[in-house]
Amino acid sequence: MATVAVQVAGGSDGIPLRLKLQRVEHRRTLGAFTLVLPVVLFVLIAFVWPIGRMMFNAIHDDTLLTLMPRTTSALSAWDGKDLPNEGAYAALVEDLKQSWAQKTTGVIAKRINYELPGAGGQLTFSARKVSTVSAGSYKAALIEVNPLWGQHDIWSVLKRGHSAYTGYYLLRSIDYQYGAEGQIVASPPQNAIFRDVFLRTFGISLGVTAATLLLGFPVAYLLATLPARTSNLLMIMVVLPFWTSALVRTAAWGVLLQDHGVINDVLIGLHIISRPAELIFNRVGTVVAMTHIQLPFTLLPIYSVMKTISPSYVRAARSLGAGPFYAFWKVYFPQTLPGVAAGCLLTFILCLGYYITPALVGGPADQMVSYFVAHYTNEDLNWGMASALGAILLAATLLLYYVYNKLVGVDRLKMG
Amino acid sequence: MATFAYASLTEKSWYYLHRLICGAVLLFLIAPILVIIPLSFNSAPFFTYPMPGLSLRWYHEFFLTDSWQRALYNSIFVAVLVTLLSTVLGTLAALGLSRPNFPWRAAVMSLLISPMIVPVVITAVAVYFFYANIGLLNSYTGLILAHTMGATPFVVIAVTATLMGFDHSLSRAAAGLGAPPITVFFKVILPLILPGMVSGALFAFLASFDEVVIALFVASPEQRTLPMVMFSGLREQYSPTIIAAASVLMLFSILVLTTIELLRRRSERLRGIT
Repeated sequence: MATVAVQVAGGSDGIPLRLKLQRVEHRRTLGAFTLVLPVVLFVLIAFVWPIGRMMFNAIHDDTLLTLMPRTTSALSAWDGKDLPNEGAYAALVEDLKQSWAQKTTGVIAKRINYELPGAGGQLTFSARKVSTVSAGSYKAALIEVNPLWGQHDIWSVLKRGHSAYTGYYLLRSIDYQYGAEGQIVASPPQNAIFRDVFLRTFGISLGVTAATLLLGFPVAYLLATLPARTSNLLMIMVVLPFWTSALVRTAAWGVLLQDHGVINDVLIGLHIISRPAELIFNRVGTVVAMTHIQLPFTLLPIYSVMKTISPSYVRAARSLGAGPFYAFWKVYFPQTLPGVAAGCLLTFILCLGYYITPALVGGPADQMVSYFVAHYTNEDLNWGMASALGAILLAATLLLYYVYNKLVGVDRLKMG
Repeated sequence: MATFAYASLTEKSWYYLHRLICGAVLLFLIAPILVIIPLSFNSAPFFTYPMPGLSLRWYHEFFLTDSWQRALYNSIFVAVLVTLLSTVLGTLAALGLSRPNFPWRAAVMSLLISPMIVPVVITAVAVYFFYANIGLLNSYTGLILAHTMGATPFVVIAVTATLMGFDHSLSRAAAGLGAPPITVFFKVILPLILPGMVSGALFAFLASFDEVVIALFVASPEQRTLPMVMFSGLREQYSPTIIAAASVLMLFSILVLTTIELLRRRSERLRGIT
């Protein structure tokens, strides 16, 4: 009908109706874009850009390049086999003198210390003494000042400083580092903690996800099968904790799980245990509090899928001779799987980033990746490490978020 | 599935076992709230039952101590501004996204929701570095902007949900009767999406009011919010005043949630869904 109108009418102002319609459509799309634009710009500038910058810090570090320009450039020609030539030592003396004058020695020392623990102090020592080194044999004089300069590793580190990009932080995050020859080797045991941290984060998240599924599935089933009035009432019990802040609920669990807290009192009162069980500042406390916080996230998607399952399927299976468990397992359960996948995936994604709860009710051995990101930012001021650990955590989260989007669709994300 | 007359004994026992498990899980969900609120009225500074007596001294301390007062004021101030900002931004975005034929809808939507998904520590550290560069660190503006980012997705989701059932022929009818777009928005669209906007705004308020990690990174002692004071208190020692503060926050959440639920029922009734 529309095409006929276009051919016949042509419009009163001589413009074909088809073109007019196209323009209107175009304007409408543009209008919709204008409405969304402020938020998109806001998210891009205040969220995506800062995170991008932080991720960049995981591979970008120009400390040595900018603060020791002469040495790093002199070393770019060094073949890395024997000790560098006299020119490199001369450049080093110049750089050390300059850094001492500009008070940047501390920054250099800190950077060197990341890769060669202890070498930073020796570098500072050399920088203080370097004014006594006069022209002539810089090499011998420097080694005289500090034997560090006769070692191969320090020169290797300085040579790598010629590039503003380094894989050091990312390698450290998976327990590798550069060896003396610049090859990649496993970190020594005292530094190799991060694979453990990632495995622990993964393990706790998996455990909490499983716990929420085990606890949430029966309740979701009950809520979906009860008459609306009763189920609405019980639903309040699920949604209410959902909307209390995680901090408040963690505090509540801290009170409940204390050595002389309510739970221990009840257990002792019932003669189940004779002295207080250790429930807080360990894995138990962390998992219990996290399960409590995440339970509604797993439960609600399962519930909304169960709501749509018609009871006639199970009835049909039963009337065809299936036993109650067979009918449930073969007919009902498979239909709930989309909900189970959505709920579990969401809970798992959110668990990976937990910080507050393990920090407050966990022990030192229960801290997850987020804790180390915060720790390196606030206390060690090692921003490269914070960024590298964050980058790996973010990559895992975004990958799972992508899967979630493909599987469930972000539109289905609901609150309460 | 009620117990049928022909159900076998195993079926009946499974039925009751299921009820028992559900009761236990629901108790687990509600226990912290049930236990904490009474404990905040304990006259002694302990966290055990039976309580020696009832008293309001911890609430007294919470509402009358200067540091708690200031934190409460800061939290409300920040949350109110965040609510205003995120409701306007989020509603605009939801209106745009719900237009038919919006290109790349799924991609834009997942971008807007991503602040809810990205681990909050990463956001906090990234925003911390970013603010340090542009001089927004330790300022109310910085804190409000950071919280707005986290709160906007809630508004987008809530308003989008309301717009799902929105009948576009209504606005077309209004336009056809000669109303300019502004009139159409205020007279036709706004009254219909208002419940969604209000519940989105309440979610946004709670999101900012309860947020602690980003605040810890970007706020100075001057902007200390209630959750920040609670967090630092909890790291040191559990004090009864913190429990009173937690109870106030819980009651507040209950209040907000009830409002949202009532609004939802009202809008469903008005639209004739139930």
